[in-house]
Amino acid sequence: MRRRDFIQLSGLGMSALMGSSIPVLGNAVSVHHLLEPRADAALKKKLADVALNAAKSKGATYADVRIGRYLQQFIFTREMKVQNITNAESYGIGIRVIANGTWGFSATSDVRPEAIAKCAETAVAIAKANSKIQKEPVDLAPQKGVGDVSWQTPLKKNAFEVPVQEKIDLLMKVNDSAMKNGAGFVTSNLFFINEQKYFASTDGSYIDQDIHRIWPTFTVTAVDRQAGKFKTRDALSSPMGMGYEYLDGLASDKIPGPNGLISYRNSYDMVEDATVAARQAKEKLAAKSIQSGKYDLVLDPNHLGLTIHESVGHATELDRVLGYEANYAGTSFATLDKWKSKNFNYGSKLVNIVADKTQPLTLGTVAYDDEGVPGKEWDLIKDGILVNYQATRDQVKILGGTESNGCSYADNWDSIQFQRMPNVSLKPGTEKRSVSDMIKGVDKGIYIMGRGSYSIDQQRYNFQFGGQLFYEIKNGQIVGMLDDVAYQSNTQEFWNSCAQLCDKDDYRTFGSFFDGKGQPSQVSAVSHGCPTTRFNGVNVINTGRKI
Amino acid sequence: MALLTEAEAKSLLQKVLSYSKADECEVNLVGGERGNIRYARNEVSTSGAMSTQTVQVRSSFGKKSGVAAIDELNDASLEKVVRRAEELAQLAPENPEYVSVLEPQQYLKSVGYFDSTAKITPAIRAEAVAKSLQESSKQKLAAAGFLEDFRGYSAMMNSKGLFAYYPSTNVNFSLTVRTDDGTGSGYVTRGYSDFSKLDTVSATKIAVQKCLGSVGARALEPGKYTVILEPTAAVVLLESIFSNLDARSADEGRSFLSKPGGKTKVGEKIVDERVTIYSDPTNPELPAAPWSGDGRAQEKINWIEKGVVKNMAYSRFWAQKKGVKAVPPPANVIMAGGTASLEDMIKSTQRGILVTKLWYIRSVDPQTLLLTGLTRDGTFYIENGKIKHPVKNFRFNESPVIMLNNLEALGKPERVVSTESTANYLIPPMKIREFTFSSLSDAV
Repeated sequence: MRRRDFIQLSGLGMSALMGSSIPVLGNAVSVHHLLEPRADAALKKKLADVALNAAKSKGATYADVRIGRYLQQFIFTREMKVQNITNAESYGIGIRVIANGTWGFSATSDVRPEAIAKCAETAVAIAKANSKIQKEPVDLAPQKGVGDVSWQTPLKKNAFEVPVQEKIDLLMKVNDSAMKNGAGFVTSNLFFINEQKYFASTDGSYIDQDIHRIWPTFTVTAVDRQAGKFKTRDALSSPMGMGYEYLDGLASDKIPGPNGLISYRNSYDMVEDATVAARQAKEKLAAKSIQSGKYDLVLDPNHLGLTIHESVGHATELDRVLGYEANYAGTSFATLDKWKSKNFNYGSKLVNIVADKTQPLTLGTVAYDDEGVPGKEWDLIKDGILVNYQATRDQVKILGGTESNGCSYADNWDSIQFQRMPNVSLKPGTEKRSVSDMIKGVDKGIYIMGRGSYSIDQQRYNFQFGGQLFYEIKNGQIVGMLDDVAYQSNTQEFWNSCAQLCDKDDYRTFGSFFDGKGQPSQVSAVSHGCPTTRFNGVNVINTGRKI
Repeated sequence: MALLTEAEAKSLLQKVLSYSKADECEVNLVGGERGNIRYARNEVSTSGAMSTQTVQVRSSFGKKSGVAAIDELNDASLEKVVRRAEELAQLAPENPEYVSVLEPQQYLKSVGYFDSTAKITPAIRAEAVAKSLQESSKQKLAAAGFLEDFRGYSAMMNSKGLFAYYPSTNVNFSLTVRTDDGTGSGYVTRGYSDFSKLDTVSATKIAVQKCLGSVGARALEPGKYTVILEPTAAVVLLESIFSNLDARSADEGRSFLSKPGGKTKVGEKIVDERVTIYSDPTNPELPAAPWSGDGRAQEKINWIEKGVVKNMAYSRFWAQKKGVKAVPPPANVIMAGGTASLEDMIKSTQRGILVTKLWYIRSVDPQTLLLTGLTRDGTFYIENGKIKHPVKNFRFNESPVIMLNNLEALGKPERVVSTESTANYLIPPMKIREFTFSSLSDAV
């Protein structure tokens, strides 16, 4: 889901939601229903074998099955009112096969054995029909079967077990704090997701996974009715691969920044952030409009994560590089010849960017991807040089590789899995450096926090980013708040202007909860870790207009 | 799966309501089949078919409401979903903005269901794509495309006896063709309710022409230019106007339709007087449901008439509070135009840029509707009434409100698919002066 849809969603009631493109899955269910235990793995194995056997008997040379139960609880509030609570469940089976060297896929919510067998037959029939326009057969990198295994997101508090009333009480407290501190309006939301996925393939894998994600967020609006102006400030939280414990607001996970600003690592104080946000939204109404020009940028992880996502994450997706996304998301400037040259300077020597499906507490972390490949970590950019991509089993041979790096994902049982972004993170600096230390060294700059407007071209060269908070830095000091700020750059130029990194004590993860890709569009969730980072001489424009 | 007829839907909804013990109950029923074929590098990458049917029940006791849905339509399931909605309603906090369900309404007639689309099979879909592939391979270009069709219906009934039913079909086709060396790229998209209007071969010829024509693009300095926006490019900017017509936000001072002093811009001229933007569910080129999800009648309504803001969209609660008619958000949007063809508009341009597609549109400032994004898949320099050469892509920062104040000319409206939302609209090509390009992109 794109940000625009989300804004529409949070402002609407249920009847208005029916026609909009929100990723609410399946059926509304009772809260109690969300706590029903996962289906027995032995039963799922039996159903999976029905599909695998049916596919093979109809001529499939490979088949995989995902039996998925997807749970969501979304809570939407506005000022002192609960707008909507969505409890949803989606349960069904998706079957993917290779027949005549071509992929086929079919899915059904009817999980009786005879329906599953029929669904597998349909998948094979689709593969055979499409094979008439297939030129080269699909060639899968080998993956040894892993037998019967299971994995769960390490949780302290399963969010679905927390009473709805406790969640509403929290959001009411958040909204009340914002209103008392000068907000004209506030919307706050909680998103909880649980994917119970059973994967089986003809390679001999039977993988049962229980994956949890959480995202608390809000938008505070301050209005100056006389002047006809309004400004917003969004939450500085990050979506996480965690349980409800993310909302504990532990003091040990608060990172004090310059000028009394607070950042959060793996524990979020939503009430505190809303209180501060309301004051900052009011301050924005009177903030100085930026003078366009070149500035040194000091970018907070809660902001830089999105720039990493767009300019490195999407650019190094192998399916884009090869042209599979040409009709929608686009291709990539990070072409194979640049990778082959082993000397393409994606960024300065300080830039080390890794992909992983293993970092604790992150959105991308799983034990196995949606084609049974174990989670890994690998370099994408090493000492500034492009060294690798993100790939799935049917792509990795193009890189001369013999095993997939595990980037296959589907957002539901009825969606076809394809290459999706793992966590993509910038490694912290090795020299000891805090944010305050970094700011001290900047003569003319801007310190930017939070995700704002973002746009990048279809090959990931030219981008423009806004933010939530902009502070002017003069001669090593923050001197006040700025408004109407957006920076524009070119990916390679930007990452080559990377001049300084804070150390591991400042490293935090940013997350994208509803990242969209594919036709029909699917969402995925992914984290991006980084420290506060300095970029020199970046072009900043003024976005103020009058209508 | 067979789609429910009007009579079948009515009888099913009556059955659901017969289980209700709540003060009020409203039931929405949607069902449909969606089929798609996706291809890239001249080969099918994925394809699929999906059928869905959902009954959603909203039960209310006083001002407490609960919503539940189910996708099984047997009697036991239908009763279960009603009980579930009632349980949730009993547990819910009172909603101070609750509004009682509507009395029966009168609806306009809108024909949005076409057999030609409803009867598409995987073979027909594959054939439409194969013809397109043949066309692009003649020029040895790499094609990536997507064809998706839908047939379905929506229906609703409430405890005051309101009943509504609307069947519809739709097909969207999009295609990007690129030269093998990646120096040229062209795009086309088509959307119809009636599949028989979709000609994938002629559409493909357009994408091929743009692709070949875009090779060898030259860089122009960013700055303010006269632009001709093809409808596919214009619509993604105008969509931010269409989706910000909400009266409550304007009344609350947080919309582009708010103005200093706490009032709204209704009745004020905000754009060029040639701009008229309206909705009409009965338009044969762009049929839409004649009722909204809560049962309100969709009528022909002007949002902007001759440059003046005429109407805003209301929730029923906000309309009641303000004592005005509860105009629902638009079911379709049409922008009136002139008679000029795109070619005529190019001929009358001394110096300008033809923009065929825009990409990655994001709001920069909701106060002014300032948007940013980039040109893509074919951008051309016009001099003395002729296309001179392709130009490199630009990033723009522009507000559709400012843009429609700088209007030079409007062409003939045509049905387009938004590359941002996939919604269909009727939009004319338009010539705009002083459109703001702020930087260059190397992307092709």
